[in-house]
Amino acid sequence: MIKAERVCFNYPGGHEVLHEVSLEIKDGEFVAIMGENGAGKTTLVKMFNGLLKPTQGRVYLDGVDTHDRSVAQLSKDVGLIFQNPDHQLFAETVNEELAFSLRNFGFKEDVIQRRVARILKVLDLDRYEKSSPFILSGGERKRVALAAILVWDPRHVIMDEPTIGQDYLQKDRLRNFIVQLVSQGKSVVIVTHDVEFVAEGKPRVVLLSRGRIIADGPATKILTDHAIVEQASLTMPQIATLMKMVEGVSAPSEIIDVYSARDFLAGKLRETVQARTLSPER
Amino acid sequence: MPAIAARNLSFTYAGSDRPSIENITLSIEKDEFVVLTGPSGCGKTTLCRCLNGLIPNFYSGDLQGELEIDGISVKGKSTAELATHVGFVFQNPENQLFSLSVERDVAFGLENLGLPREEAVERVRWAMEATGILDLRNNAPYELSGGQQQRAAIAGVLAMRPSVIILDEPTSFLDPKSAVEIVGVIARLNRELHLTTLLVEHRLDIVSRHASRVIVMDKGQIALDGSPSEIFDERARLIGIGLPRVTMLFHLLRRDGFPLPKNPITVQQAADELGRFLGG
Repeated sequence: MIKAERVCFNYPGGHEVLHEVSLEIKDGEFVAIMGENGAGKTTLVKMFNGLLKPTQGRVYLDGVDTHDRSVAQLSKDVGLIFQNPDHQLFAETVNEELAFSLRNFGFKEDVIQRRVARILKVLDLDRYEKSSPFILSGGERKRVALAAILVWDPRHVIMDEPTIGQDYLQKDRLRNFIVQLVSQGKSVVIVTHDVEFVAEGKPRVVLLSRGRIIADGPATKILTDHAIVEQASLTMPQIATLMKMVEGVSAPSEIIDVYSARDFLAGKLRETVQARTLSPER
Repeated sequence: MPAIAARNLSFTYAGSDRPSIENITLSIEKDEFVVLTGPSGCGKTTLCRCLNGLIPNFYSGDLQGELEIDGISVKGKSTAELATHVGFVFQNPENQLFSLSVERDVAFGLENLGLPREEAVERVRWAMEATGILDLRNNAPYELSGGQQQRAAIAGVLAMRPSVIILDEPTSFLDPKSAVEIVGVIARLNRELHLTTLLVEHRLDIVSRHASRVIVMDKGQIALDGSPSEIFDERARLIGIGLPRVTMLFHLLRRDGFPLPKNPITVQQAADELGRFLGG
């Protein structure tokens, strides 16, 4: 479990980036941290693996105060994938990039190669195993950076803007993969602006604005609350907007993704078609 | 004369064994608002790098074929020479801004053109006004929000008075509200200044309503090319591009057998069509 207790953070001589943020993320939970540019989202997640320590308040990882452990110790349990993959990648080939940390952790070579092969396949990167990460596209490099962390199987996975530069199929793949991680009991935290990705994955949403938590709850509730969405500089998912706009149907407000909209509307459309067939004037 | 004309353009990066783009033939007319999209790794960024001369000037490899901007062959031109024809806006505005004030940043490119001072001052002012950041001219870039920073980056490019502007996923680092605003600014500049616009974007939800044309690339080639409502069909979905959610919804409902019209692009269009069907 990741637990933040009244966390405040100031950069030296700077303004307050986080103010009394309290938050608990349980194992097996999928959480999206959202909010405007500069809201403090990245600062908050950097606390979770000890890269930053709160200036006031405490962060506990599985019950241990992050002040009492080094980043190296914490990193084994918390995999943090940065927004910009180029801050992370350095090796000559994709395979070496992934094997590097496993060698450091002292795994045997055959175990390393098995793990590397598996994760490359999951993230649709197997054809690039022998390529240099630097000839890959932005979206592909981003997936290599993700693979390089996931390969050591951390108990908590934190991804900063994982969907940037990813096309729809890759996002689908990422979402399925997150579901898999969560079902293994890992906590997965994403920082994201991608409202449509959140609408389809339906994680718990924590909204930050100017360093404070302004809302915390299911995606279906938060992303359909006009006032909150506005305050956090988000937009409503397209489907949620559509459901409010279609005349003559009172759609439940939890409908925020394409597939639940399809189920609901198919029902309504079928009723209309049947009514027309039965009505003698038509 | 087209604003951009490519004939059989191919490029293979040094160290790669397959071309990143292959035999691209393409003509974009002045004033067009073109959205370029496609799966990650399809060659979008490589094509853009050819258009502004980053290829072959900064990325080495094998470049074949012809490319003209404003009727001028790009071959042998430096990126600086091309900058007055093609403006380029990157994903992350932080990588484009570095001066102490917004005004200095917007003026940076111009300073290398050797313009008379009055003209340079006038252009900087005009570019900041066009992008709605005149009030912020004395601020430091880091004091700006992400959306304001991206406006400043666009202003810096505008000040060069290019006839073509290329934007590589300019909204991906922005919060959704700022993203919608920036796309609005880009669409307005396209209309008012007749600026030929090539916008690389995955988020078709927010850009399609402005696009006169969408080009979908796949595996280094142009796979689809047409208006959004023409090409947002099954083929586009199979290539893996993220259709606007309302378009996708209509695909599913049509597949269920409901006689709805094809491919609405905006939420409003979709709401109107559904209302019409349900209302009788």
